[in-house]
Amino acid sequence: MTDLSLILLGALLVNNFVLAQFLGLCPFMGITKSYDTAFATGLATTFVLSLAAVSTHILYNGVLLPLGLEYLRIILFIVVIAGLVQLVQVYLRASSPVLQQLLGVYLPLITSNCAVLGVSLLAIGQDLSLLQTLFYAIGAAAGFTLVMVLFGAMREQLQQSNLPDAFKGTPIALISAGLMSLAFMGFQGLIV
Amino acid sequence: MNTFNRGVLENNPAWAQLLGLCPLLAVSNSVVNALGLALASGFVLLGSNITISLLRHRIPDVARLPCFVLIIATFTTITVMVLEAFAFTLYLRIALFVQIIVTNCMILGRAEAFASRQPVGAAVLDALGTAVGFAIALLILGGVREILGYGTLLREMDLLFGPAASSWVIDLTSTAPLPLALFPPGAFLLAGLLFALVQGLAKFLTPPARDLNAVPAKTIDYEK
Repeated sequence: MTDLSLILLGALLVNNFVLAQFLGLCPFMGITKSYDTAFATGLATTFVLSLAAVSTHILYNGVLLPLGLEYLRIILFIVVIAGLVQLVQVYLRASSPVLQQLLGVYLPLITSNCAVLGVSLLAIGQDLSLLQTLFYAIGAAAGFTLVMVLFGAMREQLQQSNLPDAFKGTPIALISAGLMSLAFMGFQGLIV
Repeated sequence: MNTFNRGVLENNPAWAQLLGLCPLLAVSNSVVNALGLALASGFVLLGSNITISLLRHRIPDVARLPCFVLIIATFTTITVMVLEAFAFTLYLRIALFVQIIVTNCMILGRAEAFASRQPVGAAVLDALGTAVGFAIALLILGGVREILGYGTLLREMDLLFGPAASSWVIDLTSTAPLPLALFPPGAFLLAGLLFALVQGLAKFLTPPARDLNAVPAKTIDYEK
């Protein structure tokens, strides 16, 4: 049990995927202009990321490894992720119009979110078991959502501040992300 | 030539379109890592642009995105195998970011916006322009971070160019001026300053008259 919680906390805070491992920066810079969209994207990504990590884990260990086809992993994983995104979309449309309305527009973009592929590949690189992969994915996705929401709230403030022209927009966003990343480095003392 | 220049300056994937930000920040902690990734993404970009341009009349419109992604994934796999065979130590350092070239919106963006509707020659120029633009951003950031973080320039080039290249290293200072530059916060801060510099310079120089026939830049708007 302790190793599972360590994996979860490690992926959530210590090795935060956005601020320490540079995955999922496109949505981080692109969508966090407001708090609500940041939260909805975070939720949608959490959902797909956990599903994708578990199914790629099963496929890799069940199909690719026994057949000696590890080199096909990139092609297989990207197809699995794109297929999952489609499935989730179809399922949500049929079952939950509320969720569909909340997450609908953000779902297709998840295919090109490198965090999803990154987590699947990293989980396989570390030889995690199925349960460990699930916790790793949930931790990673929760960390992504946390940072998206925090940054979204911060950016709403940034938009109203008076800045030199050269720093408006992306530069100041990157610098604020840098300061946030500095703060997250403090979590490295959490797990020794 | 116009196509080439547009990719390098006006539509630079890194600072004008904010594409490929993840690898840009992640592997720019030394020049050799940056160069390795720049070459890898350049190869994938060139290969997929050529293939997609050649197949542009055969790929059905409704299934074009899955086709593009599969073509890009194929070239990424080739790159991974070539790096594993010839530059294994370097590959181990940047492995994750070579593998996720496939989700780099810059490459899919060029395929969708340009290669899928232009002849091969133009697609090659476009790929080269975009690749050079991305490489310039990677190398500038890689150089600055290496100087600040290690106090050297061109260290460990032997990982890419064989043992003879290990003497290329230039020692600038005996101690690292700012070790923070090697850590994630340093990447964000320095990239922010670099983009601010570009934005500031762009304000000073008068914008050149736009070519009216230019292909509009594909910007990916996440809010829609």
